[in-house]
Amino acid sequence: MPVAFLNFMEVTMNGLMAGVLYALVALGFVLIYKASGIFNYAQGVMALFSALTLVGIMEGQVPFSHLINALLGTEIHHFGWHINAFFGILFTMVVMVGLAYCVQRFVFRHLVGQEPIILFMATIGLAYFMEGLGDLMWGSDIKTLAVGLPQGGSFAIEDLTATWAAEGERYYGMYIDQLDIVATVVAAILVIALVLFAQYTKQGRAMRAVADDHQAALSVGISLNFIWVLVWSLAGFVAIVAGVMWGAKSGVQFSLSLIALKALPVLMLGGFTSIPGAIVGGLIIGVGEKLFEYQFGPMLGGATENWFAYVLALLFLVFRPQGLFGEKIIERV
Amino acid sequence: MLDAGHTEEALLEVNNIEVIYNHVILVLKGVSLSVPKGGITALLGGNGAGKTTTLKAISSLLQSERGEVTKGSIHYRGERLEGLDPAGLVKKGVIQVMEGRHCFEHLTVEENLLTGAYTRSGAEVARDLEMVYEYFPRLRERRKSQAGYTSGGEQQMVAIGRALMSKPETILLDEPSMGLAPQLVEEIFGIVKSLNENEGVTFLLAEQNTNVALRYAHYGYILESGRIVMDGPAADLRENPDVKEFYLGMSDDGRKSFRDVRSYRRRKRWLS
Repeated sequence: MPVAFLNFMEVTMNGLMAGVLYALVALGFVLIYKASGIFNYAQGVMALFSALTLVGIMEGQVPFSHLINALLGTEIHHFGWHINAFFGILFTMVVMVGLAYCVQRFVFRHLVGQEPIILFMATIGLAYFMEGLGDLMWGSDIKTLAVGLPQGGSFAIEDLTATWAAEGERYYGMYIDQLDIVATVVAAILVIALVLFAQYTKQGRAMRAVADDHQAALSVGISLNFIWVLVWSLAGFVAIVAGVMWGAKSGVQFSLSLIALKALPVLMLGGFTSIPGAIVGGLIIGVGEKLFEYQFGPMLGGATENWFAYVLALLFLVFRPQGLFGEKIIERV
Repeated sequence: MLDAGHTEEALLEVNNIEVIYNHVILVLKGVSLSVPKGGITALLGGNGAGKTTTLKAISSLLQSERGEVTKGSIHYRGERLEGLDPAGLVKKGVIQVMEGRHCFEHLTVEENLLTGAYTRSGAEVARDLEMVYEYFPRLRERRKSQAGYTSGGEQQMVAIGRALMSKPETILLDEPSMGLAPQLVEEIFGIVKSLNENEGVTFLLAEQNTNVALRYAHYGYILESGRIVMDGPAADLRENPDVKEFYLGMSDDGRKSFRDVRSYRRRKRWLS
């Protein structure tokens, strides 16, 4: 195979894997938006918060230690234990369910039946609140998340692909990050699990029913509060996965919450109401921006990845506002 | 037969309720009615008379619309219903079929029906699904299609079938005739009647189509701007000259002409 084609393949592969991570964040948005009509601005911060919590729990950090020490004059910082990643993630899941309950109980239960813009503003407030809460609980320093995921390029793939090049060419194989491979597999499992849950379980069906028509769902005896806590919990689990993957890649720090911005074009592309849309949208954006950078970046002075996704999303907004897979509004005449 | 619709046992008793929306808008000004077990009771009246509000007050769907029962009481089998959420009511056997059908559009017909059984589980659900298909054979044909793409009549059947899946004792049926062709209206009411006779389901029916409703119901209440202005056995109401004139469009000298709308307005004042 010619080297140019192999390079093209490598860029595509890397794009696909970046896209999986975008899709993961977008998925959290879609879940909440579908079931409650709330555009959850705080989804990115939820990923940050879950990653912070995971690190804190694994390292045995005392939550609110700065606050406690300042108030009581003590010097406690650590419980003195280390918990392995599996139990850490399990505890974090419990925390996210608790968070989902609190969000529902203290914020959105009081806003039932309000305008979408008011719900949206509430999520902006929620985002800042959670950001502050995360800082207060676990401190604002940059943390490394060591959950034991493999790092660095995969030598197996590098060795394998090195032999694909034509005889006599100088080609050293593809660089594929192992973490990306893991992320892809985990995301795929998560998505399949979510789809199976939504399609084939009673609660999943109820979830879709609520997404379609709150009032009717209420009238057949579905508890909206329960379904909304369920949906926020699921979005929390998705946030954990996104937080772990991005956190392992670039450290757990404030900028983690900005990945939510990358999810926006994904949503515009895939449609706000479609789980498959979030996935395909993520992949298209991931591959698109990497390939564009590879092909045209040098001509345009580089850094096209920063804006490519948004321009693509803009085109979609003009020509296909509901996105690729967004639900068409069924209107009988 | 429940000719009068008034057996001794009143299943649902609404006592002088007042409903206020958004803390200011007074919609019901003291409505009382009683629904006997095994009967079809009709709640009649024009637009904005308060039919839907009465049903929603009973099924506690008012809460999500910022409405509130401020006075009076609602009893079901002698127990007070206020404070229960809709889920609790469904478990007690009272379910509302909302006006305008409200199917889950993106779910298939069968999924819609199964959602009705949300509060139940076990093998009975499958049996009841069969029963619903017996009553609505058309739904069996369309079980795999998305409810949003079915016709209006089919959607009304889905809505009623979905309510049946909760194994209700009482169905609060809001405007089943809305937007349906006359033939379909007869079909739907026919099914309501057979559900009432064969399955013993009690119905409280809100309707604007007085003519059809009084033919199928046992007892009727007429609501006008938030008050009950008249009630009686359906057969009597059908013969009542005022009902004939104001609601059935008939008068002693045959059909009423629109020319007489003004006298209609003046004469109607006695009612409220």
